[in-house]
Amino acid sequence: MRPARVLLVGVPLAFLGAFFLWPLASILWTSLVPGGRFDAGAFGEVLTDGGLLGVAWFTLWQAALSTALTLAAALPAAYVFARYEFPGKRLLRAAATIPFVLPTVVVGTAFLALAGPNGALGIRLDGTVWAILAAHVFFNYAVVLRTVGGLWSHLDPRLEEAARSLGAGRWRTFTTVTLPLLRPAIAAAASIVFLFTFTSFGVVLVLGGAGVRTLEVEIYRQTTTLFDLPVAAVLALLQLAGVTAVLLAYSRYQERSAVEQSLRPAAETARRPRGAREWALVLGVLSSMALVLGLPPAVLLRRSLAPGGGWGLDFYRALGEAGRTAAQTVDAAAAVWNSLAFAAAAAAIALVIGLMSAAVVAAGRGRASRWFDALLMLPLGTSAVTIGFGFVVALDAPVDLRASVWLIPLAHALVAVPFVVRSVVPVMRSVRTRLREAAAVLGASPRRVWREIDLPIVSRAAAVGAGFAVAVSLGEFGATAFVARPDTPTMPVAIFRYLGRPGEANLGRAMAMSVILMAVTAAAIALVERFRAPGTGTF
Amino acid sequence: MLEVRDATIRFGGTAAVDGMSVTVADGEVLALLGPSGSGKTTLLRAVAGLQPLDAGAVRWDGEDLAPMPAHRRGFGLVFQDFALFPHLDVGRNVEFGLRMQGVEPAERHRRAAGALEQVELAGMERRRVTTLSGGQQQRVALARALAAGPRMLLLDEPLGSLDRALRERLTGDLRRVLARPGITALYVTHDQAEAFAVADRVAVVDRGAVVQQGTPQEVWRRPADEFVAGFLGFRTITDAVVAAGVADAGPFGSIPVPGTPDGPARLVIRPDALRLDPAGALEARVRAVTFQGSFSRLDVEVDGAAAVAHTRTPPEPGTTVRLRLDPDEVVALPAG
Repeated sequence: MRPARVLLVGVPLAFLGAFFLWPLASILWTSLVPGGRFDAGAFGEVLTDGGLLGVAWFTLWQAALSTALTLAAALPAAYVFARYEFPGKRLLRAAATIPFVLPTVVVGTAFLALAGPNGALGIRLDGTVWAILAAHVFFNYAVVLRTVGGLWSHLDPRLEEAARSLGAGRWRTFTTVTLPLLRPAIAAAASIVFLFTFTSFGVVLVLGGAGVRTLEVEIYRQTTTLFDLPVAAVLALLQLAGVTAVLLAYSRYQERSAVEQSLRPAAETARRPRGAREWALVLGVLSSMALVLGLPPAVLLRRSLAPGGGWGLDFYRALGEAGRTAAQTVDAAAAVWNSLAFAAAAAAIALVIGLMSAAVVAAGRGRASRWFDALLMLPLGTSAVTIGFGFVVALDAPVDLRASVWLIPLAHALVAVPFVVRSVVPVMRSVRTRLREAAAVLGASPRRVWREIDLPIVSRAAAVGAGFAVAVSLGEFGATAFVARPDTPTMPVAIFRYLGRPGEANLGRAMAMSVILMAVTAAAIALVERFRAPGTGTF
Repeated sequence: MLEVRDATIRFGGTAAVDGMSVTVADGEVLALLGPSGSGKTTLLRAVAGLQPLDAGAVRWDGEDLAPMPAHRRGFGLVFQDFALFPHLDVGRNVEFGLRMQGVEPAERHRRAAGALEQVELAGMERRRVTTLSGGQQQRVALARALAAGPRMLLLDEPLGSLDRALRERLTGDLRRVLARPGITALYVTHDQAEAFAVADRVAVVDRGAVVQQGTPQEVWRRPADEFVAGFLGFRTITDAVVAAGVADAGPFGSIPVPGTPDGPARLVIRPDALRLDPAGALEARVRAVTFQGSFSRLDVEVDGAAAVAHTRTPPEPGTTVRLRLDPDEVVALPAG
């Protein structure tokens, strides 16, 4: 290998090794060799504990149910966005993505505002699975809309027309032609939603109350409340096994069901609704979408501005006061500043590591490159709590990093790297050999080709990746909950601390802070949308 | 002058280019004409420096180009899919080569404007290339190659991805550009009409080797073998025995073929050779009539042998007609 390539492969591998593989190995070590001796006792303890098995079972079924509900809620919208052209479509689609990038703590707080104490709906659902399911649907709606809708908008409508002309009715056409063709996208969306809800942390921690816990929350509780690291480690392994099983099943399925499709440009497959029935369908689906996606943030905003039921900025002002008065301080301004600084640092790290990795993946062929690619994606499939937990048990030697503020951006970067890689690789690959050849024939040396062709084309995608990294970092809660020091809270951590305190005023502060975080995140995503080249990457 | 000598390029075990030799004189346009997969594009890429040779040599004015990378060769290349830089506008695409040469901005703009004018896109500098139609993209690609002042122009099926009407119109434009004095070009195409229209000379390529070279008229008048005849669309080829300059072509009768040696031969009977004529010597049954615009194609049977004729006054299918055979439109090839 050439020295440049050694560097390109080596740096990301070293990063992953130090901040992902080593912490995972440490978890394994902690669970199996607690106190320096091999002891599988923690496994036995978990596997015979009815309460813990109940948590595992709950984690599984709520994830399955969340996935099914999300598909049912979002498929009609995917259809409408794929097949119809209507005013404001681009804007609506961008807006529909916002819930997905909202920090989980904000989503939890929004549903508290909706169905928590004094909730806008007038019923208390916090502490029940219903609030969690609803929040999961809200959060993952965009995954289905964009993944399934993305493929749907490129499906050749002539295939359906062919089926119709061969005598199939609307419904038969849908079940025998459209649905099978959409299956890869539906499977992809379903496995993403399942993974997110299977490892759901912030939403469950905020909405689940004392009784409703997923594995993720249980790992956090075992570590921070019960100080039982071996049990936490076993649970982390259990969860990792579940995630791996889903990913493997998904990739096997994709391999088996891959069908070459002749895709059409989206502009050719969509048309204006015709007649009252079609308009009613489009408007009905859009308004239900607006209700599902718009209500929680709207209620959150309204209630953050409503001290005692009226209108006012009291909760926002109280954010400033909290630092001065409360004994256990949460300095709101510092939390905002911390979040922004960490986001910038995380994005910078993720960009460097991500661009190096993307160059390797895009240029590579064959098995080694596929393994490298899969390894890069692993942190995304690993639960954030596991990563944070791993940092806590692993990073004490050779240098004790556990008290370092750098842990936070490093943990965020780990989760953000896949977003950078996924944004950049397709664009890097799309810089067709032809373009490089055209530049060479016109007199550009290889170095010049890279500067004139590859770099300008890729830089926009890199900006998109960096925007995602910022959004990921701003909202990250699972890992941060473990590694944030008391004096360096991020915005999500601050929100969670407010929620942990009694009183309407603290709930109000949490809502006010959530609104601020929502705004900052939306701004980051708006930047991403501006830079996103047409037709690149889904997430 | 470009000289390709015994060029061979292998992919895996198979030779895509198998000992091909062509020369292009200064100011000449040579078309490499052949079916897809015949190795003509691969040869073009080797000339451009994008594909190394496994054997043989590419020389320019006697200098071996093997050690010279693509970006130093100074050849302009027009790709079939145009390969316009999507992140640059039309003007910057066209200026690209001049920028690589370090030409001043003012001079660059001037020359780019000139190149755009040549392809009738004057004033389009600020357009995004992604908003151009196929024909406009093709012209920009041509202007980009021309603007850099290449010592030779290489064109790889430059009209291949356009629809028929556009292709016919642009063929004329291309000929006008290529016919200017001092333009040396190698033009790869599978379309004989295109090759005949733009080229001074044509090299017909089959399975990695040149099977015939000559002016378009020569190739058309005297295809060198059955492959060339078939590729040019001559479907009626029949066995004959030649004696004293006259071929006995069985059902087609005796045909004078002056200068052909005695013995067995293969006769290519062009569609134009068979004319509808009530006084004609051949009796033919019309099996099918295909309307093709300015003429109709007749599939006929002459005493059990199939043949193709063209006419402007088509008879009904199934009828029997009389045909006259014009010996000037018959080509005799050696048998076997």
